[in-house]
Amino acid sequence: MIQGTISRISGPVVIAEGMRGSKMYDVVNVGNLDLPGEIIRLEGDWAVVQVYEDTTGLSIGEPVKNTEQPLSVELGPGLISSIFDGVQRPLPELAKKSGSFISRGISAPGLPREKEWDFEPAVTEGTQVNGGEILGSVREFHFTHHILVPPGVTGTVKKIRKGRFRVTDTICELDSGTGLTMLQRWPVRKGRPYVKKLDPSVPLVTGQRIFDCLFPLTKGGTAMIPGGFGTGKTVSEQTLAKWADAQVIIYIGCGERGNEMTDVLSEFPELVDPRTGLPLIQRTILIANTSNMPVAAREASIYTGITMAEYYRDMGYDVALMADSTSRWGEALREVSGRLEEMPGEEGYPAYLATRLAAFYERAGRVICLGPEGRTGSVTIVGAVSPPGGDFSEPITQNTLRIAGTFWALDTNLAYRRHFPSVNWIKSYSLYLDSVEEWFSEMMAGNWRDLRDKTMYLLQKEVELQEIVQLVGPDALPESEKAILEVTRMIREDFLQQSAYSDTDSFCPLDKQFWMLATIISYYEAAEEAMNRGVSLKQISSLPLRAEIARMKEIGEVGQIRQLADRVKAQIAALEVEH
Amino acid sequence: MPPVPLIDREFRTVSYVSGPLIFVERPKGVSFGETARITLPDGEVRNGQVLDVSRDLAVVQVFEGTSGVDNKATSVRFTGQSPCIDVSLDMLGRVFSGVGRPRDGRPEIIPEDTVDISGMPINPYARDKPSDFIQTGMSAIDGLNTLVRGQKLPIFSGSGLPANKLAAQIARQARVLGREESFAVVFVAMGITHKEASYFMNEFERTGALERVVFFQNLADDPTIERIATPRCALSVAEFLAYTHHLHVLVILTDMTNYCEALREISTAREEVPGRRGYPGYMYTDLASIYERAGRIKGTTGSITQIPILTMPDDDITHPVPDLTGYITEGQIVLSRDLYRRGADPPIDVLPCLSRLMNLGIGPGKTREDHRNVADQLYASYAYGRDLRRLVAIVGEEALTELDKVYLSFADDFEKKFVTQGTANRSIEETLTIGWDLLAKLPEDELKRIKLEYIRKYHPRYRAG
Repeated sequence: MIQGTISRISGPVVIAEGMRGSKMYDVVNVGNLDLPGEIIRLEGDWAVVQVYEDTTGLSIGEPVKNTEQPLSVELGPGLISSIFDGVQRPLPELAKKSGSFISRGISAPGLPREKEWDFEPAVTEGTQVNGGEILGSVREFHFTHHILVPPGVTGTVKKIRKGRFRVTDTICELDSGTGLTMLQRWPVRKGRPYVKKLDPSVPLVTGQRIFDCLFPLTKGGTAMIPGGFGTGKTVSEQTLAKWADAQVIIYIGCGERGNEMTDVLSEFPELVDPRTGLPLIQRTILIANTSNMPVAAREASIYTGITMAEYYRDMGYDVALMADSTSRWGEALREVSGRLEEMPGEEGYPAYLATRLAAFYERAGRVICLGPEGRTGSVTIVGAVSPPGGDFSEPITQNTLRIAGTFWALDTNLAYRRHFPSVNWIKSYSLYLDSVEEWFSEMMAGNWRDLRDKTMYLLQKEVELQEIVQLVGPDALPESEKAILEVTRMIREDFLQQSAYSDTDSFCPLDKQFWMLATIISYYEAAEEAMNRGVSLKQISSLPLRAEIARMKEIGEVGQIRQLADRVKAQIAALEVEH
Repeated sequence: MPPVPLIDREFRTVSYVSGPLIFVERPKGVSFGETARITLPDGEVRNGQVLDVSRDLAVVQVFEGTSGVDNKATSVRFTGQSPCIDVSLDMLGRVFSGVGRPRDGRPEIIPEDTVDISGMPINPYARDKPSDFIQTGMSAIDGLNTLVRGQKLPIFSGSGLPANKLAAQIARQARVLGREESFAVVFVAMGITHKEASYFMNEFERTGALERVVFFQNLADDPTIERIATPRCALSVAEFLAYTHHLHVLVILTDMTNYCEALREISTAREEVPGRRGYPGYMYTDLASIYERAGRIKGTTGSITQIPILTMPDDDITHPVPDLTGYITEGQIVLSRDLYRRGADPPIDVLPCLSRLMNLGIGPGKTREDHRNVADQLYASYAYGRDLRRLVAIVGEEALTELDKVYLSFADDFEKKFVTQGTANRSIEETLTIGWDLLAKLPEDELKRIKLEYIRKYHPRYRAG
C-alpha cells in the first residue's frame, strides 16, 4: 500500500508527499480520521487530493493512505427510493450514526447489507455467459431488477443459486472460479460500455405543454434549463422528475437547497405516477449534496448519479437524470482548480470546463445494451444551469449550449409576471424536432408538426407586432393583426401557462395537449377566414368562446376539448357580415 | 479535534504581513482551521484562524486586523481548537461583540456548552418540511410572498431605502396563528452604523421584546475581518436556542453586503483568482454555509427562520451579492426606489419578489383555500397594469382600450391600498379582503387564474348579494 504524509492543506485540497506510484483518481484516506479523497494531480513524489469532507483539524504530517481503487459506486438492488450524498453514502444511515447533523469520518455502505432479495435465475448451469448478460432477476418494488454479468466478465456458469440472498452473497460461480454477487462496483468517471448508440427518435413525454408540444426532448437526449434565480429551474426539474415517462428517475440536488430535497422526500412517496399508479418514490433515486455540504463531493455527485443511470439503462430501461444545478458542479471544479493554482480560463473556470461538461452530457443516449438480447435502454439528461445575474453569456451556459439538444431558456420577466413555466418561446429550441416527427404522426390524430410550426409562427409574429404597439399604440394595427395578438394571448395564457401545483393541470396528457392547441389554432384559422369574408374582429371576440378556451385546462375529458374545437370552427363560420 | 500536543506551539516566525493576513514560517504541528492567539509587541492579544498550512508556512487571518503586528517580536500561539463560542440561555437580552464577547458592560455569561462556530451541515434527510405560516402582518409578504417557519427569506434593499424599518416591523409583528410559543430573535449587525444599531435597540426596547433578543454587534468601525465570524457565532447561538432549548428563533442578519466585502478583502490579500467583481469564486459556498443553517429538524420543536438584509450596490439585482444570495435563499423581498418615491410604505416591489416555500404555508387549514389563486391573479393583473404604464408613457392614455384603462388604475390602487400599509398590522383575512376588493374592479371574466367556485364564494359581488 502506498502511504504518504500531508504536506499542505488548503480548504478541500490536500497535498501529500511520498505518494510515488499512485494513479490519477485513486481514492485515498486522508489523515487520522480517514477522510475520503481522490487524487486529482500527480507531481513527482506529490499527490494533490480533493477531500470529500471538511478538512478542518487536519495537520501536517498526518498519514495519507492510497486504496489504489478509483472512486466507485455500489450497484445492485436497493438503490431505488434511496437518498444518498454525493459519494453514495445513504443519508438515513448517516443520520442514524451521527444524528441530524453530518459529522466527519463516518462511512456507510451504499447498498443495504442486511436486506434479502428473492433471486430468480435466468441461466442454467453450464451456460456460457458474457458481460451484460442477464443472470437472473429480483423484484425491486414493481419492476424487475435484472442482475447482469459485469461488463468484461466471461465464463461458463458452474453453479447458480435460487432463493433469498443478501447483495454480498455469491449467487453464481463461473468455471474460472469467479464468484458473482448481486452487488457490483463501477468507477464513476468511466462510462459503462454498450454495443451501439442509436439516434434518439422517441420523445420523452413530460406532460408539460411547452416542452412536449413546442420543444420536445427525446429519450436518450439532453436538455438544459438555464435561468436566473426565481425563474423556476428547480420547479421545472422537479416537475420533470414527477411526470416524465421514464422507468427510473435519478434526481441530483447538486449544491442546492436543503429544504428542496426535504420537499422531494416528503412529496414523492405521496404522489402517484400517472402511468403505473404507484408512488413516484418507487422509481426514484435521490442524490443530495446541498450547498453547505463539502464542495469536492458536489463535484463527484453528478458522476455518481450518471453511473447509476447507466446501470439501469443496461437492464433495458429508460432512465431520466435531473441535475440541479450543473453550475454548482462547475463552481466546485472552479474552486478546486483555484486551490491548485491552475491558470484560469474564462471567469476563473478551468480551461477543461468544456471538456468535462461534454464528457458528462455525452454519457446520455439511447443504446443497444451489452448482452445477447439486444435490449435497448436510454439515459436522458436534463441539466439546470444557474447563470450569474441571469446572463446567458457566461461559460457554463455557453459550453452547455454547444452540447445540449434541447434548450429551455427560462426568462426572469415571465417569472415576474407569474407566467410559469417561464420558458421563453422565442429563445428556446429543440434539435430533436425532425427526429420525433414520425413518432408524433403515428401517435397523434392530426399533424403535430404543422400545428407546432403555425404556433411558433404566430408567437414570432406577436413579438414584431408588440414592437409596433409599443411605438404607436394598439389602435394603429389592422384587424387581421389584432386577431393575431388576441390568439397569441390565448396561446400564452391558456396553453403555455401550466401550474405545477394544480391538481388537474400539473400533468397534461399528450392528446389533451394536442387538442388544446388545435382548438386555439382552429380559432385563429376560422377567424382569419371569417374576416376575409368581412366579419369584424369584434363579432368574433364577442362570441362566448374565449372564456371556454380559458377553462380548457380544467377539463379532464379530452372528448370535450375536441367538441370545443368543432364548436369554435362552426360558430365562427356561422357568423354573418354585419353592416 | 486532536488533543493539544505538549510541544510548545508558540512561534515568533512571522515573516510577512499583508492586509488581514500574517504568514508564520515553519509552523510545526499546526492544523488546518485552528485558532491562534497573536501577541503583539505591546502585549495586546488578538485572535486569528489558520486558512492554509504547509510545512513551510501557515497563513493566519487576524480578526481584529493587523495594525501594530511586526515581523520580529509578534508571537503566535496555536490553540489546537477550531473557533468556538460559549452558549447559554442567559444570552437572551444581552449584547455581544462580533465574536461573542459581552458588549453591554455586564459580566461574562456562564456557558452551558461550547460549540464550534462553523457548525455542521444538516443532513437533508433529517430536515423537517417547513409548513407553519408566519403572519408578518404585511400584505405584500403574507398575501403574495408568504414566509414560513424554517425559511430563509432575504430583503434586497438599496442604500437609503427603509429595509431596517421593514425588518423591525416584521420582527415585532411576526406570529404563528393560533399558537402561543416561545420565540427568540438573534440580531446580527455586520458593519452597520451605530445609528442603525441603536434604531433596532430602541425598537426592541420600545416593544418590550429586548429580553427575547440576542444582539451581535460588529459595527462599521469594528474590525472588518471579525465579520467573517459574526454570522457564524450568531447562528451557533441560534442553533443552540432552537435545538437545545426548543425556541423558534428568528435570525436577522444585516447587512450581508458588508459581510461579502470582508470576504473579498481576505481573498484579495491571499492573492486568489477573483471571480465576478473581485469577489472570490467560492462565495456561493461560503454564503450557503450561513444561509443553509436555517430550517427545522425532525423530532425537535425548535426552528430557525432567517431574514438576511442586504444592500444592492447601485440597486443592481444582478450584483454578485444579491445574485448569489437569491440562488441560495428561498425567495426574496425586493425594495424599490421607484415605489419609495411614489410614496409606497413599505416600498416592496412585488414583481421580483418570491417566496419559494409559500405553497407549504398556505391553503385550507393554514390561511384560506383561495389564497394561491388570489395571489396569482393579483400578480398577473398588476404585472399587466405595470406594462401599460410604460405604454402610456409613449402613446398616452387615450390610446388605451377601456379594459386597459381599468388595469392601469388597478395597478395604482394595488400599490396604494394593498402594498402600502404604514404601521398597520393586517391579519391574513384583511389582506385577502383587500385583494378581492381590488380584483372586483376588473371584469369577472378577466379573473382567469381563480377557480369559479372561489369567485362565487369570495367575490364581493356575490358576498354582498
